[in-house]
Parts: sequence; structure tokens; C-alpha cells
Amino acid sequence: MNNKTVELLVGAFIIAGIAALLVLALKVSGLNYYPGQGTYQLTASFDNIGGLKVRAPVRLAGVQVGEVRAITIDPKTFKAVVTLAIDSKQNQLPVDTSANIQTEGLLGSNFIGLAPGYAEDFLKDNDRIEITHSALILENLIGQFLYSVNKK
Amino acid sequence: MIKQLQSLGRISIDTCISIGRSGLFLTQVLFRKPRIRRSFPLLVQELFSVGILSLPIILVAALFIGMVVALQGHNTLAKFGADAQLGQLLALSVVRELGPVVTALLFAGRAGSALTAEIGLMKTTEQLASMEMMAVDPLWRVIAPRFWAGLISMPILALIFNAVAIYGGSWVAIDWLGVTGGTFWSNMQAAVGFRVDIISGIIKSLVFGFVIIWTAVYQGYDCVPTAEGMSRATTRSVVYASLIVLGLDFVLTAMMLGDW
Repeated sequence: MNNKTVELLVGAFIIAGIAALLVLALKVSGLNYYPGQGTYQLTASFDNIGGLKVRAPVRLAGVQVGEVRAITIDPKTFKAVVTLAIDSKQNQLPVDTSANIQTEGLLGSNFIGLAPGYAEDFLKDNDRIEITHSALILENLIGQFLYSVNKK
Repeated sequence: MIKQLQSLGRISIDTCISIGRSGLFLTQVLFRKPRIRRSFPLLVQELFSVGILSLPIILVAALFIGMVVALQGHNTLAKFGADAQLGQLLALSVVRELGPVVTALLFAGRAGSALTAEIGLMKTTEQLASMEMMAVDPLWRVIAPRFWAGLISMPILALIFNAVAIYGGSWVAIDWLGVTGGTFWSNMQAAVGFRVDIISGIIKSLVFGFVIIWTAVYQGYDCVPTAEGMSRATTRSVVYASLIVLGLDFVLTAMMLGDW
């Protein structure tokens, strides 16, 4: 093997190392399950999102139809504003669809479940989902339960 | 009784002497006038034989280890309905432990043993001595490029191992076991910190690379110049390097999980 090939391969080796470092570092942006095109965005505000994270799935009847794109705080109402990216194939969601934060099993992570309503009009890009239900915080429930048990 | 005490004493003195000699040898390799222009081609050649030729075994091992961790993790986590945490389990165990340690063990077996045998043969056939006769310093010409090549390629190999293992695991988890892709990656990204996990993994692999290459090069340079001495040196190189890596791994992990 001549000198040029060796140098070329060594260069490729170093580049591969840097690329691996980038992959590890930028995994934070990661693989995009729902890329920009082919989706439309909806927002929904919640009192409490519990442990919901960016890129958590959005499910309709248990089937994944999108993912959480961003989570911000509305400075006026102090509610959490969640931006959802929905597959554009699901473009016939009624305007009175409700969004609930649910948990996969007892220890699982949070996701957003959509429950469609009965309206004739459909949600469009950048619309707001008006009806929302916050995350169920298990600790609060246990606290309330203990409180009510002690009162008796 | 006296005899056994004496032999114990001799063994400890010999051990101390060889540790001291290897330390002196290391300082001679490390602290010398850099002649970058002339040593660079030698370094590139060694990077090829130490780094690139180790790539196939690292890639295959990484792929299968990532896949196995995903499979095992899913099997257990699914019992608690917590298979969404699989990404976190896979990434943390690979980046913190399996990546640096398995790469180091493979590197000791693949590159360390080859270096020891190569240098040992050079010594046995008196190539090193004849270099000295020609006023070429074998430490500069033979040892130093191999040392630096090992030190550079070990972290790169570990990084490649990490990336391949995580992608192998994600392939099994998402495409085969049906874990949701979004939760898999988002849980992983929430749990893995760049400085805490990835950088400390790189530090680990640097330390391991240093120890492995030091052991390998020293064992080769110090071997008894016979066929039997060479084979012993090669075995010792792999065994010592692996044991030191496993021991150091515990110490480094204790330091990193502590308030370091």
C-alpha cells in the first residue's frame, strides 16, 4: 500500500472520529421522526405538563400521528404552551378536539393523547387546541388521598 | 521459611525495578526534542497500522454490543412497562462504561499485542541495536511514533464505538422491538449530558489508551531477546494491559461519580 493511500485512510479515520463526536454531541437534536415538511403545527396550553418532553409522541386513538415540537411558557397566563407537529395526512381533526397529557404505564414517560370531537370544521395549521387536560401528577393524587383518609 | 521470605523479597524488588524502568522509559519517550517535520510521516504510518487496522473489530463488536444491550434492556424494562427508558439505558451504559472499556480490551488484544510482538522481534533480531550503531535513536524512530499513534487513535476508536453501538441499539429497539422513536431519542437526550457523560467517557478512553500503549511498547522494548521471551512479552502485554484497564476503570468511575 503506497504512502498516499495510507495518508488518505488516516485522514478519513480522523474525520470519522470527529463525526462520531458530533453524532454523540448533537444527538440532542437527533434523528427527526417527523421532519418539517409533511406536518402541520398546532398549539395547546396546559396548566401543568408534568414530565412531558420535546419529541414526545402525539397519539390519536393510541396511534402515533405526530410529536411535540416545542414547549414554552406563556408569560401572561403562566401556562405551558406546547407546539405539536401533526402528520398532514391527519388534516381532518375537528376544532373541538381535546388534548390530554397521558402516561405510558405507571413508570412510563408522558405523551399527548388527542380525543376528536364532533364539530364540522377542521383544525388548520397554527390553530390552537382549546380543550386541554393537564398531566396527572401521581404525587398530588397520593397526597389528596392521604389527606381524605386522615380526615375520616 | 527464610527461603520463601527471600523469594518474596526478590519478587518485590524485581517488580519495583521493572516499574521504575518502565517509568524512565516513558519519560525518555515523552520528553524529547520534538522533530515534527520528520516524525509526522512515521506517525501517519503508525496511525494506519494501529488505528485503522483496529477499526473492523471495533465496528463489529460495537454493533453487536449495542444490539444486545437493547435486547436485554427491553426484555427487563418491558416487565415494568418502562421500555420508553430504553434509550437512556442504552446510551448511558454504552457511553459511560462499555464504550471505553470494551474498546480498550479489544485495542489491547488487537493493537497492543501486535506492537509488542513487532518491537520484540526488532529487538530479538538486533534491529534496534543496529539502529543505535547508525546513530539513529530507536526511541525516536520506532517507539515514539507508535506511542503517540496509540494515544491518538484510542479515543477516536472509542468515539466510533459509542456512535455505532447506539445506532445498532436504536435499530433493534425502534425497528425491531417497536419502541417509539421519538421517546427513545428524547429520553436519551434528556438523560445524557455532554460534559458529564461523553467527555468523561473520552477522558477514560484517553487514560486507557495511555496505559495500554505504554504497557505494550515497554514490554516489547524490554523483552528477553529470544523466541520464548517474545511470546511471553506478548502475553504479558495483553494480560497486564487488560487487568490495569479493568482496575483503573473502577477507580476512574468512582472519581467521576463522586464530586469530581
